[in-house]
Amino acid sequence: MKPVAIRRVYPLLIILFLALSLAGCATTSTLPQEIPAMHSVKEIEDEYVVKEPDTWVGFNRSMYKFNYNLDKYFLLPIVNGYEFITPTVVQTGVSNFFDNITEVRNLTNSVFQLKGKQSLTTLGRFVTNSTIGIAGIFDPATSFGMQRQNEDFGQTLGYWGVGTGNYVVLPLFGPSNVRDTGGIVVDGAIRAGIASALDVTNDMNHPDGIKAAVTFVEAIDKRHKEKFRYYGTHHPFEYDLVRWLAGKKRELDVMK
Amino acid sequence: MKFLRMLVITCAILLPAICRAADDGYGYPLPGSYGATVLGTPASLKPELPTEINAKRLVLEVIPGMAKPELFYYDEGLLCTFAYQDTKAPLVFLIAGTGSGDQSAKLMTLMKAYYQAGFHVVTIPSPTHPNFVVSASHTHVPGDLTEDAADLYWVMETVWSKVKKDIEVSDFYLGGYSLGGTQAAFVAKLDEERKSFNFRKVLMINPAVNLYDSVTRIEATLDKIPGGKTKVVKFTNSLLDRFTEFYRQGEFVSFNENFLYALAMSKLFSQDDAGGIIGVSFRIASSGMIFASDVMTNGGYVVPKNRVLSPTDDLGEYARVCTHLSFLDYFNEYFYPYFQKKRPGLTKEALIAAQGLKSIEPYLKSNEKFGVMTNENDFILSPEDISYLRQLFGERTKVYPRGGHLGNLEYKDNVAHAVDFMKKSGGKQ
Repeated sequence: MKPVAIRRVYPLLIILFLALSLAGCATTSTLPQEIPAMHSVKEIEDEYVVKEPDTWVGFNRSMYKFNYNLDKYFLLPIVNGYEFITPTVVQTGVSNFFDNITEVRNLTNSVFQLKGKQSLTTLGRFVTNSTIGIAGIFDPATSFGMQRQNEDFGQTLGYWGVGTGNYVVLPLFGPSNVRDTGGIVVDGAIRAGIASALDVTNDMNHPDGIKAAVTFVEAIDKRHKEKFRYYGTHHPFEYDLVRWLAGKKRELDVMK
Repeated sequence: MKFLRMLVITCAILLPAICRAADDGYGYPLPGSYGATVLGTPASLKPELPTEINAKRLVLEVIPGMAKPELFYYDEGLLCTFAYQDTKAPLVFLIAGTGSGDQSAKLMTLMKAYYQAGFHVVTIPSPTHPNFVVSASHTHVPGDLTEDAADLYWVMETVWSKVKKDIEVSDFYLGGYSLGGTQAAFVAKLDEERKSFNFRKVLMINPAVNLYDSVTRIEATLDKIPGGKTKVVKFTNSLLDRFTEFYRQGEFVSFNENFLYALAMSKLFSQDDAGGIIGVSFRIASSGMIFASDVMTNGGYVVPKNRVLSPTDDLGEYARVCTHLSFLDYFNEYFYPYFQKKRPGLTKEALIAAQGLKSIEPYLKSNEKFGVMTNENDFILSPEDISYLRQLFGERTKVYPRGGHLGNLEYKDNVAHAVDFMKKSGGKQ
């Protein structure tokens, strides 16, 4: 069961994707014959940067381009507007609020990985910030020495020995792999289940509208916090550098 | 890319080598050349600079009507950063070093420092940066000081025509670091003929005296990696494995200062490793330059001639090929033949000689306009190079006892000197 807001966002994403990806289709006229380059991979005897092949490279690279355009035409203009009109303290408050909600994900997954001490710290953070931190708008827990420790279901699967599966670039979410994509779905389902059990929007007049608005603000906050810009380096091999580093980063995440 | 930066920093940690500041009155702490180059300046020793300034990104159509391959769909024009004062002020152009863009950390530090001192500032990517190769180079073959200077000058004129209605400028200044420093000299020389700016002062920070010599010295950083320079990936993987293993075993929550300190104390990485990291990061920079140039010229160097690549094509093999090529390969196999075709009879020695300050020595010699900042242990220079700079610029050559290549650029004394050099003859008081 997907939250309503997500159900609404997906058709929009698909339309955007089709519009943006078909825009570049043009037939190339007949070209002169290819002549082999002076250098090729055949002459290289060295290890590979990433051992696993990029099986879905065509799809992934088109998603990379899709995300670039999604940023350019949709997300970044909104984020820039948000950063322009909202005072920095408010931005921090919003980020803290959503970070606090994510502690539920951190907690469930700490428990799934049988990490006792970390589960207690995370629970402590959630309780402290939800109360003293006024519904999570402030983050006093960190100053009390309770460090945030991110966990998600992808990491839980990794912890229990599940391999990453193929590399995949997801629309909106960016670089990932099959395992972590499943993780995102499971974490989303758990969160939706908890929200529905608590029935948080029960007494409100337009529960669907409120959920959609919250999801929207959360997405903007997420992009606001993420400093990465697709092709911000202008390096022609950025895609490959990102695949390498994103993989390494997740490997380290799973270790902790 | 915070993660990458962190990785590079931690991999090269050579903190055990930090000694107490030597008794020479200079407070930059890292004694080794490679260590300083990789680690740069500790945050506490950087100057206090404004966090918010009036600045915007310029997207310039430098070569109107130029067709770009679809592969570079993300390249929408040359990106420069422009910081502006509200009142009449001098304007300084700053040129980035090899492979760096208009918002490299070093350029941003210099930009803020000059801005704080009352200058308008325009930062320009290095002609070796893929954005410049694709969007602002008329030949798309970077590396020739005279041609790159002409491209840079054209970029500066384009910027000026775009911003001159919005600001008031008293006079113009020019600066650059590393390759950008050497290029600044050639740009200044061109300005003597074109006279668009009449630069009052030109500052060269850690410049190369001759590009070919410096490139040879940079390439030598890979000499000592296990298996030699054909095994750059194996070397990089081994660094990462050691790093990962260290992280896994310790009780670290994140890559914070404690982690860095512990890593430093572990002596996990040697002097040779630090050299190798420098070599690898230059390879990453040059790979982008080589590929962008080859695609733009249909040169048949790494991409088969006449092949048209699309944004969804796998570039992995090209990345692999390009990171295994050095600047020297580029020079000998691509750059030199390109110029030989244009100028029949050109010898390699003549082309090499043209890529150095000596080729414009009569212009530079005793020219009051110029100032140089460099370090005794900058590994891209030989001791003879440093004597040559002293000879060329006399007392306007500031040589610091240490700092490697650009490691001390963001150190507060260095930043202050860079600002003072320009300010002595201008700047909003």
